[in-house]
Amino acid sequence: MEEWEEPGPEVVKRFMYVNRRAPYGTIYALECLEVVLVAAAFDQDVSVVFVDDGVCQLKKNQDTTGIGMKNFSKTFGALDDYDVEKIYVEKESLDARGLNADDLVIPVEVMAAEDLREIMAQQDVVISS
Amino acid sequence: MKSMLHLINKSPFERTALDSCLRLAKPGSSILLIEDGVYAALANAAHAEKITGRMEDFTFYALAPDIAARGLGDAPLIEGLVAVDYEGFVDLVADHEATQSWL
Repeated sequence: MEEWEEPGPEVVKRFMYVNRRAPYGTIYALECLEVVLVAAAFDQDVSVVFVDDGVCQLKKNQDTTGIGMKNFSKTFGALDDYDVEKIYVEKESLDARGLNADDLVIPVEVMAAEDLREIMAQQDVVISS
Repeated sequence: MKSMLHLINKSPFERTALDSCLRLAKPGSSILLIEDGVYAALANAAHAEKITGRMEDFTFYALAPDIAARGLGDAPLIEGLVAVDYEGFVDLVADHEATQSWL
């Protein structure tokens, strides 16, 4: 067992946030987005992934006026302002839901599972929701 | 150090966590079934083939106390899948570079 070393301030870790849930049925999607925006302030290497129903969070034309909840799909546009530029969406999950990159609120990198798994395997910390 | 330890804590009958993990985990990773995830460890259950078909890609583990808690202590587990106790769980976490929980 190696000794634990406290990372110094210069150490940049790779954080990946994996979104797997649709936006309004549970609070996970909104909470994860807020965590990402907070984490982005710490100058780490942050990437955000959307797979399974998580891809539905990015669907254009969301209108929540009828359900009394905040439409947070517009907030994804803030990721770029926070220099979160690594946004990956799994192609298989889009295909399964009849979606493509043009249906999404922000520009993303659409990636096949076999490529996404390589990036996922390189992370220091993966947080799934 | 081995690569990534993936934790599955949801039943394969109710959720897609195991399917997504098997699709996106890099071969060579380890997968530990805990809590309701242990229902995927049963040799005679409907989802067994998902694991038996990937034995060459991943090392599979299941948390024995969770199996026992669900009355499955005598049920046959998938061959090659390793049952571990809480100490084994800790060892697995320590022996991998990172852990990913598929909530």
